[in-house]
Amino acid sequence: MKVTLKVWRQKNATSAGELKTYTSPELNENMSFLEMLDVVNEELANKGEEPIAFDHDCREGICGTCSLVIDGKPHGPHHGVATCQTYMRSFKDGDEIIVEPWRAKPFPIIKDLVCDRKAFDRIQHAGGFISVRTGAAPDANSIPVPKEDADLAMDAAQCIGCGACVAACKNASAMLFVAAKVSHLGLMPQGQPERYRRVRAMVNQMDEEGFGNCTVTGSCEAACPKSISIDFIARMNRDYGVALLKGEPKKVAGGGAG
Amino acid sequence: MNLLQQIWRSSLGKKYIMALSGAGMFLFVVGHLLGNLQFFLPPEAINRYGHFLKSTPEILWPARLGLLALVGLHIASAITLSGQNKAARPQGYASKAKPLDATLASRTMLFSGLIILAFIVYHLLHFTVLVEQVNFTGLSFEELYQPNNGEMDIYAMMVCGFSVWYVSLFYIVAIGLLCFHLGHGLASMFQSLGLRNHVWAPRIAAFARLASLLVFLGYISMPVSVLVFHHGQEYANRLKADIGGGGRTPAVKVLKGGAK
Repeated sequence: MKVTLKVWRQKNATSAGELKTYTSPELNENMSFLEMLDVVNEELANKGEEPIAFDHDCREGICGTCSLVIDGKPHGPHHGVATCQTYMRSFKDGDEIIVEPWRAKPFPIIKDLVCDRKAFDRIQHAGGFISVRTGAAPDANSIPVPKEDADLAMDAAQCIGCGACVAACKNASAMLFVAAKVSHLGLMPQGQPERYRRVRAMVNQMDEEGFGNCTVTGSCEAACPKSISIDFIARMNRDYGVALLKGEPKKVAGGGAG
Repeated sequence: MNLLQQIWRSSLGKKYIMALSGAGMFLFVVGHLLGNLQFFLPPEAINRYGHFLKSTPEILWPARLGLLALVGLHIASAITLSGQNKAARPQGYASKAKPLDATLASRTMLFSGLIILAFIVYHLLHFTVLVEQVNFTGLSFEELYQPNNGEMDIYAMMVCGFSVWYVSLFYIVAIGLLCFHLGHGLASMFQSLGLRNHVWAPRIAAFARLASLLVFLGYISMPVSVLVFHHGQEYANRLKADIGGGGRTPAVKVLKGGAK
């Protein structure tokens, strides 16, 4: 099979980009979308042209590095898979496919289809962690966790931080990502000490990065390669409201020591 | 930073304001509907109700100012939020794919909201300020008063107002948009306030659909009954004949003055 690609080409962060049309060489329909781009790039390189820059790493749907808005849908036509697990058999011979980078102000384009997702790292640094003692691994089940909480936390923890939620949202909102991180840690006993400080810090950082707001369209959930539910956004909204009402911790003399 | 500032400055905080002001306005919409459904009782019922509201400033004005504040907060946060949303994606996508899973209502809240706002302005000019030029009936609603006590004849005003088909049509379309707006808004309200989980999500969705449908049917029942079933027409004709005969017009001001 062969396809025609319309790919966003942009030299660097400051230059203007444009869609360029390429015809692929003969493809195997069992190639992944990224392998198809590899083949196209090989041909471009042989012709002495600049290959198309795109993000990729594990290629097994777990690292969250690959991106690409394929025909208007982040990660291609299927539900619950990343671009690396989208195969050419999902397209027809002769199809024209538009390939674009994630579009959001907090995700500036570095080159072609590669955008800078450090905004997500900064949100994580603000509060997406727990403080634990280091040393030997604790005994299994030394802290009881209800099964349903563990399951829900695992659902949220599936977030690979790819940014498809931002790319799909008509408002370029990062709420699903932040909600997944807040819920994943907030559901576990180990995450309780920092629960309310975490949600405040992460939401405030998200706002500072310039992401849009949630209008509950559900596009993020539909685009998420891990099918993370927007129920988590309600959980984040709830925790944030409680955090606001709790206010800053009371100042105590001697830092609580006496 | 105090709590109110924090709420206003944060994205989630403004969504709380959207949700709470929306909830307040929804309660008003329901109350207003229940009050107005007295239109289907004998004329005295709604006239007494209207007179009670208008002659009780200690209820009327706090309610009006409260509603104005709700509308103001709802619009101010909507405009701020949507400005931020537009700024968050300076460059859109080239492929014109259908937005993923998003309902039409969820994508057009600002648009439906603005039309509803225009309707509210018209509605106030029509039935509250009683601007003669916008009722298109050729008569001033201020002249419609009840013969026995000189108070405003709200029943006749509604019959005459809704007898103009294009006015009624505008009402029906605007109410349709309101309920379209509510269909998404009522469900999102719970999401924004964090009062939603997998157990309540389907119940909330059903509530939003049912409530907006009932509000729609309730409100359009009034213009439809006048236009299609000629509800109250006889009453209005009798009144108009009286006014047209000129027998009552001079008395209007005297009676109204007396009533005040």
